[in-house]
Amino acid sequence: MNSNYNYPDSRGHFGQFGGMYVGETLMPAVLELDEARKKYMQDESFKSELSELLKKFVGRPSPVYLASHLSEYAGGANIYLKREDLVHTGAHKINNTVGQGLLAKYMNKRKLIAETGAGQHGVATATVAALLGMECKVFMGREDIKRQKPNVDRMRLMGAEVIQVDGGTGTLKDAMNAALRYWTTAVEDTFYVIGTVAGPHPYPILVRDFQKVIGEEARRQMLEETGRLPDSIVACIGGGSNAMGIFYPFLPDEDVELVGVEAAGRGIETGEHAASLSHGSVGILHGSKSYVLQDEYGQINEAYSVSAGLDYPGVGPEHAILKEISRAKYETITDSEAMDAFCLLSEKEGIIPALESSHAISYAVKYAPKLGKGKNMLVNLSGRGDKDLTSAISILGM
Amino acid sequence: MSRIKETFNKLKNKNAKALAGFITAGDPTIEGSLAIASEMFDNGLDILELGVPFSDPTADGDVIQRSSARALMAGANLSKIIQMTAKLREKYNQPIIIFSYLNPIYRYGYERFIREAIEAGADGLLAVDMPIEESEDFKSIRNKHSSQEDFALIKLAAPTTNEARLETICRAGEGFIYMINRVGITGTGGLDPESVAKHARQIKQHTDLPVCMGFGISSPEDAEKIAFAGEGIVVGSLFEKTIEKNLDKGKEVYSKQVGETVRAMKAPLR
Repeated sequence: MNSNYNYPDSRGHFGQFGGMYVGETLMPAVLELDEARKKYMQDESFKSELSELLKKFVGRPSPVYLASHLSEYAGGANIYLKREDLVHTGAHKINNTVGQGLLAKYMNKRKLIAETGAGQHGVATATVAALLGMECKVFMGREDIKRQKPNVDRMRLMGAEVIQVDGGTGTLKDAMNAALRYWTTAVEDTFYVIGTVAGPHPYPILVRDFQKVIGEEARRQMLEETGRLPDSIVACIGGGSNAMGIFYPFLPDEDVELVGVEAAGRGIETGEHAASLSHGSVGILHGSKSYVLQDEYGQINEAYSVSAGLDYPGVGPEHAILKEISRAKYETITDSEAMDAFCLLSEKEGIIPALESSHAISYAVKYAPKLGKGKNMLVNLSGRGDKDLTSAISILGM
Repeated sequence: MSRIKETFNKLKNKNAKALAGFITAGDPTIEGSLAIASEMFDNGLDILELGVPFSDPTADGDVIQRSSARALMAGANLSKIIQMTAKLREKYNQPIIIFSYLNPIYRYGYERFIREAIEAGADGLLAVDMPIEESEDFKSIRNKHSSQEDFALIKLAAPTTNEARLETICRAGEGFIYMINRVGITGTGGLDPESVAKHARQIKQHTDLPVCMGFGISSPEDAEKIAFAGEGIVVGSLFEKTIEKNLDKGKEVYSKQVGETVRAMKAPLR
């Protein structure tokens, strides 16, 4: 590990970012979670139970696949895909919810709550609640319930209660507000499963530590397959959990370039986007300090993306520090570019990517010629696109 | 002596308890809000908590979510709220506490906020999502400009706060301790006077600061039941409900109505 990289500190600060900005009622709960994290992440029985579940329930390791037709089309670097779309429930979110669900079990908490945008984190939380015999409530914005109906059905089928959130624009930010409010009233017996590397400490590192399995596997797999580390790693960013998961084990390898791709929505210039790292400013939202979309008086702006999972006005604080120290770079892709990539990967490889992951694919295809022939690029294919079919087909006019 | 200290001393001498009232600044308009605050002071309010509206008020219930949205629609922002404070200060000597989520203060700049707020005659800040762990930056900038006598950083204690943490909070506390009565968000009912009194006694073992109890106090009966346990009570959603109910009747009516609610809530505290 780069000796300069010793983030976060004991209270979850990544330089000026991160921290624990929550009301006093919730403080004891996040401190308790931090203690439990330190205790059980080192505990042999916890570790072996988690690793069994990841192997036999989640289906890990997920393969790394050389997308040769896509690479040929792009005409440059070889594009490899880390196939998180192949794990149980169809997205990387399950790695984290299995981890947090198990942690809840070790902490003797039987009630789980979660917020969800695209529904993938909600489905993954409902799944682990069913697996471990726990109660589960999932908060979801009105608009996202419309956009992601198949995921709502899946959650209900597994016994979770989906709570519609009508406030704001009815998207992920509002779902998170509602979940935090509910948690404040039920904090004494309820475990809040946060789905991304945001929120108050210890969530950003808790989620990263449950997601870093992606990067650890990919590192091994790329060495086996190509005999060396990839030259560039590309992942999409909403809150940033799949990106943090694949980036983290490569942080010490300074020759490996890390690229996060944010949603430019209808175009940065329209103001309708979700690019908080590239076009936001430093602020405090949902428990931590990071880049957020806000006005000059600190009111949070609505984010927009065709992809419900990227539609969030904040981003995990560890990405903020990676940007500040230039260890990762952050780029943007518009809705229409992502839609093109959605079709392209489907046609070239027979893989329908999630609209979130389509942002990473789009950037990879644009970037492959610049990176050049003989170079290897690894793209985190964070989820599959079945959940997006209804909206995608209507956008494509098929 | 600070205005906060002076207020509690005076009340103590009269064997009375403080009524602290929260309103969302700028709800329904800046002018309307000024009229409401004036009526509140005129009807016996001891401390004003002037709430800075925030787009994402995660610690608040429906009533204050709606009042924040109305205030933002009406164009309220921190700069205008500081001006409101100055305007009220021309006429009133009661303490005014700025009550906010941290982001609007952070974005404005701690230094600029502290300078302008003191200049306007504000007596302190209560930032709901700035626990003791994250207070140092703010405190050190405050210390450069003034003492806690001039501008207090009010701390909250919750029912979930354990003994060790309570001790730290009390040590860091300034002005008064804001004691949260119940686990939950603002504006939801259900008070257990016995547990409130027990919690207040626990706090008093660690500090001589006045204790004001808030959350879930929605009637003069509630006030009467718990006021003995501390030095004052905080009422918020009840005033916002009164504003909301009388919105379409105009400024004269809703401000008068809030004034009357203040009088009713203050009666059992005298």
